[in-house]
Amino acid sequence: MTFIALALLLAAAPVPGQPGAATTPVIATDGKLFAEFGGREGLVKIVDDMFVNVDADPRINTFFEPAKREQTKARLVEQFCVVLGGGCTYTGKDMKAAHKNLGIQKADFNALVENLQKAMDKNGVPFSAQNKLLAALAPQHRDVVEKPAY
Amino acid sequence: MFVRLSAALLAMAVLATAGSANAQSLTGSGKLLLTGGVSQIEGAAGGGLTPWAVIGGYGSARQIGANVYATDVNTTDFDIRSTGVLIGLYDRVELSYSRQAFNTQDVGTALGLGQNYTINQDTLGIKVKVLGDAVLDQDRWWPQVSVGAQFKKNDKAALVTALGARRGKDTDYYISATKLYLARGILLNGTLRSTRANQYGILGFGGMDDKRHTQFEGSAAWLINRKLAIGAEVRTKPDNLAIAKEGAAFDVFAAYAASKNISLTIAYADLGHVVTRRQTGLYASLQVGF
Repeated sequence: MTFIALALLLAAAPVPGQPGAATTPVIATDGKLFAEFGGREGLVKIVDDMFVNVDADPRINTFFEPAKREQTKARLVEQFCVVLGGGCTYTGKDMKAAHKNLGIQKADFNALVENLQKAMDKNGVPFSAQNKLLAALAPQHRDVVEKPAY
Repeated sequence: MFVRLSAALLAMAVLATAGSANAQSLTGSGKLLLTGGVSQIEGAAGGGLTPWAVIGGYGSARQIGANVYATDVNTTDFDIRSTGVLIGLYDRVELSYSRQAFNTQDVGTALGLGQNYTINQDTLGIKVKVLGDAVLDQDRWWPQVSVGAQFKKNDKAALVTALGARRGKDTDYYISATKLYLARGILLNGTLRSTRANQYGILGFGGMDDKRHTQFEGSAAWLINRKLAIGAEVRTKPDNLAIAKEGAAFDVFAAYAASKNISLTIAYADLGHVVTRRQTGLYASLQVGF
């Protein structure tokens, strides 16, 4: 019985290793969720604060090139704004190209999530709104994280 | 007990890192808070009663995590303590050891076994993640799935066989599916366990029949904030001893992670009918991670 259930689950799931490029969906259209983040200005503050946290985080503070800092921040604000239905346009590279050969691990990905969570807390974004944004961004791990060699 | 656990943990950590030239990067805390679950009664990462598909500890894909825990369930007639140690390897494999001590308190006297007569069970656990990522794969419908085994040895085999069990040691197999619905802040887990255990194995294995029974276990948790989750669990069990009825166990819990190093779980547990009558009481569990 147990193993029949397992077999069914395995049969239903796509084969691991197939291309799984994550799409970043637009998760709201009515402006309410966007407002919970303080609109575009709020996102600018959140991303600024996130990088203050990143710079203080020895796990990941070497990943971001200082010379491209302002550009990186601007692209992130755009991306979050798109997801939250704020009517922005994302002008950056796709996630896979942007993170190529950086050797980012899942632990690093999660470390950035933690720094973003702290920044959202600081800016008064409700926990439920935070989770909606994170749920939309989480699938990017497949484009950002380097596949382990084994 | 904790000295012994710490020694075992240290030995495992040394073994685990000995083969690596780059040991420092192995220990880490690359998982998000609470996403490694807490320690269930037999030592696996999960809820309080049931294993989840998550791999315990805060180690991510190239890291090793470990924790120790102590749980006490004080019910109407009995006191159940469970202590153990767990190591999570590369977010893929989980190894655990735990000891459950079932203190019969006054019932021991009534049954002629002696006051505070205690039945102990050692459980060695292994769990392997098969597919999925319960936390990050938010755009996919399928859960994280793991398979596991719990090798159990009861130290009162003569007593439990006299009570009608067929043996004092056996192995449970299980498959768990766990998914976090992050946008809604809800975590769901379902586990199917193939078992012959009576009361987790504390009353031995097998009874009126000697067949494996497939039992359902389920958990639902609601994230209140990053540090706090509340929820409920159910664990169905075989009812296979002629002399003592056995029923499903339930609990409602609150799990609080002060940090990645320490979490506290408090629950109200209804363990169902155990030997004398229905057993309800407070469940408290402390977990310390490394």
